[in-house]
Amino acid sequence: MNTETTAPTAPEKKEFWRWQENVWFDETKDWKTAKIVTCGIDVGSVSSQAVLVVDGELYGFNSMRTGNNSPDSATNALAGIMDKCGMKQEDIHFVVGTGYGRVNVPFADKAITEIACHARGANYMGGNGVRTILDMGGQDCKAIHCDEKGKVTNFLMNDKCAAGTGRGMEVISDLMQIPIAELGPRSFDIDSDVEAVSSVCVVFAKSEALGLLKAGYTKNKVIAAYCQAMAERVVSLLERIGVEEGFFITGGIAKNPGVVKRIEKLLGIKAMETKVDSQIAGALGAALFGYTLASKKAAAAAAA
Amino acid sequence: MIANYGYKDGSGEYYISIDTDKCIDCAAERACLTACPKQMFEIIEDDYDDQVAWIKKPNCRTLAYDCADCKPSSGYTSLPCITACTPGAIKHSW
Repeated sequence: MNTETTAPTAPEKKEFWRWQENVWFDETKDWKTAKIVTCGIDVGSVSSQAVLVVDGELYGFNSMRTGNNSPDSATNALAGIMDKCGMKQEDIHFVVGTGYGRVNVPFADKAITEIACHARGANYMGGNGVRTILDMGGQDCKAIHCDEKGKVTNFLMNDKCAAGTGRGMEVISDLMQIPIAELGPRSFDIDSDVEAVSSVCVVFAKSEALGLLKAGYTKNKVIAAYCQAMAERVVSLLERIGVEEGFFITGGIAKNPGVVKRIEKLLGIKAMETKVDSQIAGALGAALFGYTLASKKAAAAAAA
Repeated sequence: MIANYGYKDGSGEYYISIDTDKCIDCAAERACLTACPKQMFEIIEDDYDDQVAWIKKPNCRTLAYDCADCKPSSGYTSLPCITACTPGAIKHSW
């Protein structure tokens, strides 16, 4: 008797936390006619971005998940956008690395902290009225004040714990088995306001969220409680340096209306809007720094 | 620029603020470097090409413990880093 049996296979595990990766470039511009092409590479703990700036204007970007090593993540992020617009690395005049992996960008001409880069990027994206910037990154959170030129005047960073960060939201997304992009809208689909989860720690917030589900909370209510906790957490950071008009949010969480609207409500001011992907602010700022440095270099060479 | 180094956790807020505008042309000859018993201060070139002091990265996450020996409960009436910094660039939040 010849019977073939196959072992039952486990169902494919869905990755609810997986956010949308993006590649974009401005088809109305031609980089080949540009005088200076610069690139900013932001290697963050969760996402990596490569931004191309042509003569001081945003030309294109690639935003993707950070891999298991910074040099590869930087290379892949840049390759993604260069392939799209038919560019080669030798066509780029200056590269600035930023983010926690900035010193590991193998082809960078200079490394600049993400604090300065986010301020510069937000200044470009939101205009010179931007004064207070909240960057909700993958595993840290920064509150920044800047002047009309995008120069940092005051900053505060909390990278000791993941509360109030993108990673925290990814954990809740997986726990609730709801795609991360749906968390924000679903957090408003509740019949009454809910209290924030009491824990500021992602690990304990996760167990608290499970407890709420067992107590009969709907998923939407749990998400709302977590969004509220995240908003309260970052607002307490912001209040330490003070909030001025011209409030701008960068980082992946800026795409989550469930957190953004609650932050606005707590602060009593509305965040400035932009058409540019909020996640590229750091890399964009790096590329703009690159443009300034490349321009200075070109001017010095011309004067010599 | 006011640079805040440290963190906030369940037990409180622990930040050391450095006013880098007062730090650039240090009138105290970088006395903070030697005043801190844990040698937490370091001179770096910041993003705007200025030579300023900052708190070493590993210490930023353990300030509550690192600074405990210099706090009033350990016998100090004034913090060594703040006393050494005569331009008044350094402040503690706790």
